[in-house]
Amino acid sequence: MSAKQVKDTAQEIKEHPMEGLLRMDRMPHIWCSTCGLGTTVTALATAINQLGLDTNKMAVVSGIGCTGRVAGYLKLDSFHTTHGRALPFALGLHISRPDMKVIVFSGDGDLISIGGNHFIHTARRNVDITVICVNNFIYAMTGGQVAPTTPVTAKSSTTPYGCYEHPFNLPRLAASSGATYVARWTALHIRRMTNSFKEAIAKPGFSFVEVIAPCSTLYARLNRLGTGLDLMKFYHDNSVIKHGIEPKDADIDFQSKIVVGKFIDIEKPTYIECLNDANKHVFGDKYKPYGGSDGSY
Amino acid sequence: MKYWRTPLDIDKLKIPRGELHIIKERCKGCGFCVEYCPKDVLELSDEFNSKGYHPPVAARPENCVNCDLCEMLCPDFAIYCTRVEDEKEVAR
Ligand SMILES: Cc1ncc(C[n+]2csc(CCOP(=O)(O)OP(=O)(O)O)c2C)c(N)n1
Ligand code: SF4
Ligand code: SF4
Repeated sequence: MSAKQVKDTAQEIKEHPMEGLLRMDRMPHIWCSTCGLGTTVTALATAINQLGLDTNKMAVVSGIGCTGRVAGYLKLDSFHTTHGRALPFALGLHISRPDMKVIVFSGDGDLISIGGNHFIHTARRNVDITVICVNNFIYAMTGGQVAPTTPVTAKSSTTPYGCYEHPFNLPRLAASSGATYVARWTALHIRRMTNSFKEAIAKPGFSFVEVIAPCSTLYARLNRLGTGLDLMKFYHDNSVIKHGIEPKDADIDFQSKIVVGKFIDIEKPTYIECLNDANKHVFGDKYKPYGGSDGSY
Repeated sequence: MKYWRTPLDIDKLKIPRGELHIIKERCKGCGFCVEYCPKDVLELSDEFNSKGYHPPVAARPENCVNCDLCEMLCPDFAIYCTRVEDEKEVAR
C-alpha cells in the first residue's frame, strides 16, 4: 500500500447531498471522464436546492445528444424528446401547466442546429421558460461532426482540415431573438453559473444560459487539446468576465479569449401576459385571465 | 494566511473546517477537485477503483475549509464535504 493510500481519512459514505435531485438508480452516468456535463448538472441541482422551489412543480426537458441525457438523470418531471424538439415540447408543457417551472437542458447541436427555428421563435414570443445550452462546439454523441457553434479552424470529424463556416454567437442569437435574460459561463465558473441558473429560473420570460463545457472525447481529442481538465485550465486562463456588454462583442474564436458574464437582463411581457392583455382588450371583463399566479388555468 | 489589514473582529472570526467524503467507486479520475482545491487538500491516489480510475485521496485533510468547491466541480457526484464544528481560531 502506498503512502498516499493510507492517509485517506474520508469515510465511505454513499449519500451525496445532490442525491435528492438525481436518479441514482441510473448512475454512473454515460458521460466520459473529464466531460463538463456532470459539473453543469451539479450547478443546476444546487441552484434548485438553493431556490427552495417545490420540485413537484418543476420539469426538465432535453433533446438528443450527450447533453440530452440530462433530463433522464434529474429527479424532476423529466422528458427526453426527439432531436431538436425540446423547445416545442417545453412550450406545450408550459402552456398547459403554467404553474410549473420548465427548464430546457440541451446541447448546441440540438437546440441551435436542428432546433434552431424553435429556438428563435420561443425567444421571440418570450415564453416563460429557462434554457440551459451546453456548448461543447461539436456534435459529441454522434462522433464529433461540425456544429453551428464550431469555431473557424477547429477540427471536427466532418471538417478534418478545420471548420470554415461562420459560427453562431449564441448569446447574440438569443438576445436578438427576444430573450429577456442572457448569460454565458464556462463549466469552471461553478458559483457564477449556479447564480445565473437561479436568476434565469426566477426570471419571468425566456431566459438563456450558455455553458461552455469540455468534450474530452471528441472536441478535445480531434483538436489535440488534451483532456477536459486541460480545457478547464484553458477556461481559467482565458475567460474574461464582462457583464452587460453587447452580445455581438462576445464572439468565440478557436482557442482564444472567451467573454463570459450576464449580458442581458430586461423586463418584457411574457407570452401568457401578452395573450391575456390582448384578450382582455377584445373581450373586456368577460375574459378570465389564463395561467394566473393563483394557479387558475 | 497573510492579511493586508488585520480585521477588526479578528478575535471573533473562525476558519470553518470540513470533513471530506469520497465515494471512490463513482470516481472517473478527472482530477478537477485535485487541481482546483484552493487549500491543496487532495491528491490522486495510486489505488484503482473497479472502473480502473485513480480516485482522489485527502492527503492534507486538516487544511480543508469546507468551501465545497470539490463537491461542486465533481462531474460524477463522487466527493462532498460536510462542516465539522471544531473551528480553528484565525491566526494573527
Ligand atoms: C432527427 C435526428 N437527426 C439526427 C440525429 C442524430 N443525432 C443525435 S445527437 C446529435 C447531435 C447532438 O449534438 P449536441 O446537441 O451538440 O449534443 P452533444 O452530444 O454535443 O452534447 C445528432 C445529430 C437524431 N438522433 N435524430
Ligand atoms: S463524448 Fe464529449 S460531450 Fe459526450 S460524454 Fe464524452 S466528453 Fe462528454
Ligand atoms: S471543500 Fe474546499 S478546501 Fe475542502 S477539499 Fe474540497 S475544495 Fe478543498
